[in-house]
Amino acid sequence: MTPRQRLWFFAIGAAGLVACYLWAFTGLPGFGNYPGPYGQEILRQAVGQTHATGVVSAVNFEYRGVDTIGEEFILFTAAAGMSVVLRRLRRERQAQPVDEAGSRTVPATSSAVRVAALLLVGPTAVLGWWLASHAQTTPSGGFQGGVLLASAFILIYLAGEFLTFRRLSPVALLDAVEAAGAGGFVAIGLAAIAMNLPYLDNYLPLGQYPGAVSSSGTIALISFFVGIEVAAAFVLIIGELLEQTLLRSA
Amino acid sequence: MGIFPFLVVAWIVVVGLYGIVTSRDLIHQIVCLIVVQSSTYVLLLGVGYVTGGAAPYFWDIPQHTRAVDPVVQALALTDVVVEAAVTALLLSFAVQAQKKFGTLDPSQLVEFKG
Amino acid sequence: MISAGLMNTLQVTVLVLVAAGATVVVRTRSRIRQVLALSVYGMLLAILFLVFQAPDVTLSELTVGAIALPLILLLAIAKVRKREQ
Repeated sequence: MTPRQRLWFFAIGAAGLVACYLWAFTGLPGFGNYPGPYGQEILRQAVGQTHATGVVSAVNFEYRGVDTIGEEFILFTAAAGMSVVLRRLRRERQAQPVDEAGSRTVPATSSAVRVAALLLVGPTAVLGWWLASHAQTTPSGGFQGGVLLASAFILIYLAGEFLTFRRLSPVALLDAVEAAGAGGFVAIGLAAIAMNLPYLDNYLPLGQYPGAVSSSGTIALISFFVGIEVAAAFVLIIGELLEQTLLRSA
Repeated sequence: MGIFPFLVVAWIVVVGLYGIVTSRDLIHQIVCLIVVQSSTYVLLLGVGYVTGGAAPYFWDIPQHTRAVDPVVQALALTDVVVEAAVTALLLSFAVQAQKKFGTLDPSQLVEFKG
Repeated sequence: MISAGLMNTLQVTVLVLVAAGATVVVRTRSRIRQVLALSVYGMLLAILFLVFQAPDVTLSELTVGAIALPLILLLAIAKVRKREQ
């Protein structure tokens, strides 16, 4: 099929898709007139029930906690799948060491980049940790904090060399941390079952008043576990790709 | 203003699909897939918006002010982070395809069967 | 709180910019330029989410779209380019 024929097929298909979209969108209640009872009910009850002022994180980790476990396992599987897919290539590469060991010279990283990256490592790590542990009060949460924590490690790679990065984040430790994060989330839910409560029920003390760091029971704990799991998954992913490009046999 | 965000969503989907269909490079296709996926975030947030509503965080505003829907925000939030990991997995497939078949052109990749 | 009229204009402007950004990302054929365009598109999306009163999603999109996604894409492009030489 030539590209022009493919384009015509696409045009016909896209016209049909747009027609269906427009028919569906005219049935919606219009932008800004959200009528949904579920959202409004949660807004009324969430702060009183969970003592968490960040309602989005309360929804994520308590009201819809099982969905979040599913999403976290997508992340886990993606990181594990990448290791599997790229590891087979590594064996294949070791069989032919000659054509990969190129003699191209690598330009040295400029000192401006190195100093800036080194100065930013500390604040980034602290900010990521703060985001991961304050899910119940302000707009933060495990997912954002985890990605920012991972980027602190990437800044180490930018400031130094790949070997420094690899020494500071060994694969075995990252695997263990990621498994601990994912397993910790599930274990909190199972501990609720052990107490004869529904799975992922909020059984820890809810705290004196809404919005304190120690309030909202299991939400803060789950957010912390999600944070370390996301951070470990992203450092693993970046490490896999870095090893592919830099070809170190460290 | 009633339907304009949803028109933008439809536009982003069609433009992204056009990029996937007419692409000659696997990595370009993956980036167009990212664009198509971003249209779903705009759709989710557009559905849950309440005119004159504040963000659903009651740290510094009284507890019964009108706020936008928090459920769709929770869905979009986890979606954004998970998309990056799935994109990384897709890219590792592209890297492996290039190693095995020597090319990243989708029309040429089709000819290799089995 | 911003009045309803001003918020509407802001939202319409950012929506138009997002649609234009998506078109630019798709029409860019060179790999590295497309990664740059994707970074700018991610930032536009983050502004859109902020204007739709969703600061949590803004944070996610900023960290992912400015750090994780461009880095992953650039590493894959470097690997593929080395192989093509």
